[in-house]
Order: sequence, then structure tokens, then C-alpha cells
Amino acid sequence: MRHPLRALPLLITLCILLVGCGSTTATPSPTATTTSQVTLNVFAAASLTESFTQIAAQYKQAHPNVTVKFNFAGSQVLEQQLANGAPADIFASADLANMQKASSAGLVGSSQVFVKNKLVVIIPVSNPGKINTLKDLANKGVKIDFAAATVPAGKYGRQVLANMANAPGYGAAYQKAVLGNIVSQEDNVKAVVTKVQLGEADAGFVYRSDVTDAVASKLTVIPIPDNFNVVAQYPIAVVKNSAHPNDAQAFIQYILSPDGQAVLVKFHFIGLNG
Amino acid sequence: MDKLHLSRTRVFLEKLDPKGIWSRWPARILVGVLAGSFFLFLGIPLASLLLREPPGVLWSSMQQPEVIQALQLSIVTTCISTLLAVLFGLPVAYVLARLRFPGRKFLETLVTIPTVLPPVVAGVALLLTFGRMGLIGRYLNLFGITLPFTTAAVVMAQMFVSSPFFVNSARAGLEQLDTRYEQAAYTLRASPFYAFRRVVLPLIRPALLSGVGLAWARALGELGATITFAGNFPGITQTMPIAVYIAAETDIDTAVAISVVLMAVSFGVLLALRVGRDRV
Repeated sequence: MRHPLRALPLLITLCILLVGCGSTTATPSPTATTTSQVTLNVFAAASLTESFTQIAAQYKQAHPNVTVKFNFAGSQVLEQQLANGAPADIFASADLANMQKASSAGLVGSSQVFVKNKLVVIIPVSNPGKINTLKDLANKGVKIDFAAATVPAGKYGRQVLANMANAPGYGAAYQKAVLGNIVSQEDNVKAVVTKVQLGEADAGFVYRSDVTDAVASKLTVIPIPDNFNVVAQYPIAVVKNSAHPNDAQAFIQYILSPDGQAVLVKFHFIGLNG
Repeated sequence: MDKLHLSRTRVFLEKLDPKGIWSRWPARILVGVLAGSFFLFLGIPLASLLLREPPGVLWSSMQQPEVIQALQLSIVTTCISTLLAVLFGLPVAYVLARLRFPGRKFLETLVTIPTVLPPVVAGVALLLTFGRMGLIGRYLNLFGITLPFTTAAVVMAQMFVSSPFFVNSARAGLEQLDTRYEQAAYTLRASPFYAFRRVVLPLIRPALLSGVGLAWARALGELGATITFAGNFPGITQTMPIAVYIAAETDIDTAVAISVVLMAVSFGVLLALRVGRDRV
């Protein structure tokens, strides 16, 4: 019988080789720029994924020495990660509540709102739930996917339904019926998009900006009228223990500038002047 | 190597150290240090969960209805998924261990893949197959059967990721078993089914029980595939790990408390299986 540890040296060699290959490609060439290299770690709400990625690419062209790295997740997750000491330079939240939480814990400096967003209802183009208006969401057996109440999008969605409960034509019965149709409470808003896009849920409450070009052809959008809708305010702040506070502040200024705002508007956010 | 030279060295060493204390102790110390630090590496993080919350907080969080609901759902679904893993996995293990056919290595690898697949990907794969618009799900949908967002989906997700552990363990047990035991039973005119039940199964009992333990534990800890395929709804699809995951995002104390409950339950069950395995 062969010795069971005989393959071990081979395995170890293989691991070392793989690590070696990985690191040679990952090492940035030191002669690329004359100024010192800066890496900014940006913790941003999941709904900012596409727009911030593009803003960072534009920023890199103007500032080749700054590399922006993202950690996209639900704002409540990011706040927890910051509280537990995750290294970050910028925190961009999808709601004021999580920024407030981070601020009162002394994790971030002063924050400012940089963009706004509002909710829409999305349905798969195949429309398996036969939903044509907001009223149809209360039909029996409709499968509605929601973000959990702890997620900003989920909180806003519930506020929209509460607003509709007080409105003529909808009422408390409507609110109850829609809440009763919820089949799942996702841990972030992008998971709602995925399930509706795959046609597994009949409808979902998401941000307008979540209907990106990549998924627009698979989804139909039902707008929520402004009198029921909740305008989500996105605050951004420099993290207190940032190693590069000046570079972080410069990146925030770029997001607030017309160039940065234009990208956000392109991704269906509501700009500061909009 | 020179044999004479070796034996001379040994004689010399034995004279120096007649009871073999010096030659044994370095090995013992090495084993002790390595094993000890390994136990600390596993044990301290687990203990840190226990130490974070005072017992009163743990006790009150255990009595929250959502926690009890999630615990019940976790126990029921993991028991069903483990039973199904045994029911379907045993024939698979037998075929892989005993039959020689082309493509056997391929099937063996296929059975192991779910253990390396990121669970979220497993969940997406299940959605694309058994979802309402999925490859198989669309036909089930014609009969009014929809699986996503149901407790059945939780069981399927658990079975998908956990049954390989049982199959591989059972297969290893069967491969190591001498086939002459079975043949002896056949010479005494035992039917194949009788021989399998009365001869093979008792002989590979330790392998089966450790497979059951591994599969059950993996199912109990399952998060990614479940939340992707079955979603998250209290009482229907919210298992303990999902409750922990959602709670951890806003309230780390509740999350730790639920994890301690989860840990205690799984420790108890795995310990019982281990004791049962060694007692024949």
C-alpha cells in the first residue's frame, strides 16, 4: 500500500507555485507613477455598486496614483464591520440611520448627503403574477420579495406601504394584504432584484437605481407615486481612523462634483439638484 | 544505509538512555505542542462566543419566539434532509464502492463537487433547476408545484450541500470492508438484501454514523444555498443560521446568543452520535 503522506510534497509544491504565480501578477509596478500610491477602501451600500465602480474608474484617470477599492454590502452590514474595526477610508450609507449609528459610535467624521433615491416596484417581464398596477400587489397568492426590515430598502418599502394605508383607494386592508404576500425577506436589496429577475418572485420593492442596464430588459418597472414614495438620502463620510483622510475627502468632493453627480444620475439616482 | 552502523548507533543510544526517555520525549513534546495549539485555535474562538454574553441574556434570547421557531425549523429540516441523504446516498455509496464501470471516477468527483461549490452558487443552481422558471421547475409549475420560498426548498438546499459528506463516508466504509464477509453470507443462502442489512450495514456502522454526523452538521450550518434558493421567512424558511446572519447585521448580541444555542444543540447531537458509534 502507498504511504498516505506521499502526495503531500507534491500538494505543497503546487500550493507554493500557485501562490507564487498569484503574487507576481498582483504586485504593482513601482515605476508606474511618480507620486506615492494611495489605496482608498470605500465601504458603500449595495445599491451604489454600478455607479461607484464607474465613478472610481473616472477618478483613476484623473488621479492615477489613487486606487479605489470597494466593499459593497447592505449599509447595516458595513456599519457593523466598521464598528468591529474593519479598515476603511470612506463610508457611504443608503440611509441616515446607519450613518447616525456610525457617527455616534465615533467611527466617522461629519457626513453629508450626496445623492437621493426612491423606490419602485419591479416585476419580471414574463409577469407570472399578472401585475399591472400597484393595486394588483394585494391580489391573493402574489409572491412579493422584500428586503428585510433591518435593511434600508426594506424599511423604506414598509414606510411606502404605511403611507398607502392612509391613502384613499388603498387603505389598511391593502397594506395588510401586501405584507401578507411577502414570501421572503432578503438580507440586501440586490437579492430581491435577483429573485424577481429569475422570475421566482412576482414582484419586489427595490430602488429605482437597482434597475440597471444589465437587468432592465428582464424587468418591468411600476413607479410608486411621489405622494407615497420615500426619498432615500444617501450620506457619505470620511472614516475617523482613515490612513489617507485628505485623499478620501478629495474622492468625496469628486462624487459631489458635477462629474460625479452625472454618473449617479445616469444610473437613475436623483442628483442633489434634482 | 549501513545496517551495522545503525545498530551500533542504537546500542550506543540505549546505553546513554536505558529507559528511552530522551528518545521518546522530543516526539511527545512535539505532538503535545502541535495538538495543544490546534485545540486552542478551535476552542478559544468558540469559548469567546460563550463568554461574550452573560447567562441571563443567553437564556432570555433562547426564549424569544423567533429563536424557538428557527430552532424548530432547523431541527425538523436537518433531520429530514439527513434521512433523505441516507436513503439516496447509501445506494450511491454502494455502487461507487463495489461496481467497476467506465465513468466511475467522474461520478465520484461529481458527488464531491457540492462540498467545494460556494453555497450561494449551489443556491443559484437549484433556482435555475427547480425554480418556477427553472429547467425542471417549469414543468412542476404546470402541476401547481412551486418549490422556492417553501420549507421543501430548505430541505433540498441542505441535502444538496450535505449529502456528499454521507456518501463519501459510507463509500470509504464499504471500500475497506472485506467482501468475503458478504460472500460467506451468500454461501449460507442469504439473499442480497438480507446480507446487506445483516452483514454489511452492521460492519460499516462506524463509517455510516460518522457520515450521518458530518452530513447533519453541515445541513444544520447551511446558510448560503438556503437563503438563495428558499429565501428568508420566519417559520417557513428562516433556519437558525439565517436568523443568526440577519441578526448579526444589526444586533451582534442576539446573533451571538442564537449561535450559542446552535452550538450547544449540535455539540449534543454530535457527541451522542460519537458515543453511539463506539458502543457496538
